[in-house]
Amino acid sequence: MLDSGTGWRTGGRPEVDRWRLYVRGTILGYKRSKSNQYPNTSLIQIEGVTTKEEVAWYAGKRMAYIYKDKVKKNSSHYRCIWGKVTRPHGNSGVIRAKFKSNLPPKSMGDRVRVFMYPSNI
Amino acid sequence: MAAKRKTPIKTRNPDLIRGVGKYSRSKMYHKRGLWAIKAKNGGVFPRHEPNPKPATAVEKPPKFYPADDVKKPLLNKRKPKPTKLRASITPGTVLILLAGRFMGKRVVFLKQLTSGLLLVTGPFKINGVPLRRVNQSYVIATSTKIDISGVNLDKFDDKYFAKEVENKKKKTEGEFFEAEKEDKKKLPEDKKEDQKAVDAFLIKSIEGVPELKAYLAARFSLKSGMKPHELVF
Repeated sequence: MLDSGTGWRTGGRPEVDRWRLYVRGTILGYKRSKSNQYPNTSLIQIEGVTTKEEVAWYAGKRMAYIYKDKVKKNSSHYRCIWGKVTRPHGNSGVIRAKFKSNLPPKSMGDRVRVFMYPSNI
Repeated sequence: MAAKRKTPIKTRNPDLIRGVGKYSRSKMYHKRGLWAIKAKNGGVFPRHEPNPKPATAVEKPPKFYPADDVKKPLLNKRKPKPTKLRASITPGTVLILLAGRFMGKRVVFLKQLTSGLLLVTGPFKINGVPLRRVNQSYVIATSTKIDISGVNLDKFDDKYFAKEVENKKKKTEGEFFEAEKEDKKKLPEDKKEDQKAVDAFLIKSIEGVPELKAYLAARFSLKSGMKPHELVF
């Protein structure tokens, strides 16, 4: 539902509706051990990334957690927390990310956008 | 300056080991022929008149002496280098813009400006992107290249893209608001002409390649199942 990120610009035209320049990611939770968690680092699962080696491409890429709020800020209900991919987490393509301010706990399971910039191709 | 020699001069005093020459001071004096120079000049080394010193202004004693010794900050002679251009980006490369108003658009790279930003154009007629500056990090270089050797890009530099400084004029309220509205909307005609001039040549090159025009007009987008880390651009 939040994926129509360009919704405010589309006007219903298909070529413009399907225009995504970010990779979808899921917020899995905070970096943690069994009984302690460290909320300054979040764990993100990027779609289509399944090994530690594949994560190397994403290192340093910026990401945004976008959410809505009742109160309008800067004339918009949408708000954003920016962050970046820092390093892989484990062997299976999960990544660690740090955000400008820690992600709120309600974000677990939510969508995050992993952009393709800063690009190195 | 003496005339340049064909072979570089070999030192008259070769090193035995580092810091120790083969010949002593007196031997070197003889080897260099300083005795001959002296003899030519009547037993004395020739001296040149020093250049007349430029007249220095009269320095007045300062009015104020600081009580404590003021430390001078260290000199910083660092000159920032221009951003290194990625090897994949050469003039005429088709780039994909990743962010900003024109994100997803495929665009032709013209040259790197002195600030490090990339000068880029749609061309405007094909995809609506005007002559624009873009940061290298927000761009993906594709392997598609266009020949842009015929375009003259000398007049485009960072100053060309600087914001117009508005003159502060004191007008009556009515006049003030009207004038502001007019200035903001129009794009100066000479910029439009520049755009057309650059694009005219580019469009010819583009139409020479089959399907390139449609390619540039289309936007890039990630689709379901597309993994950027596996894509080859």
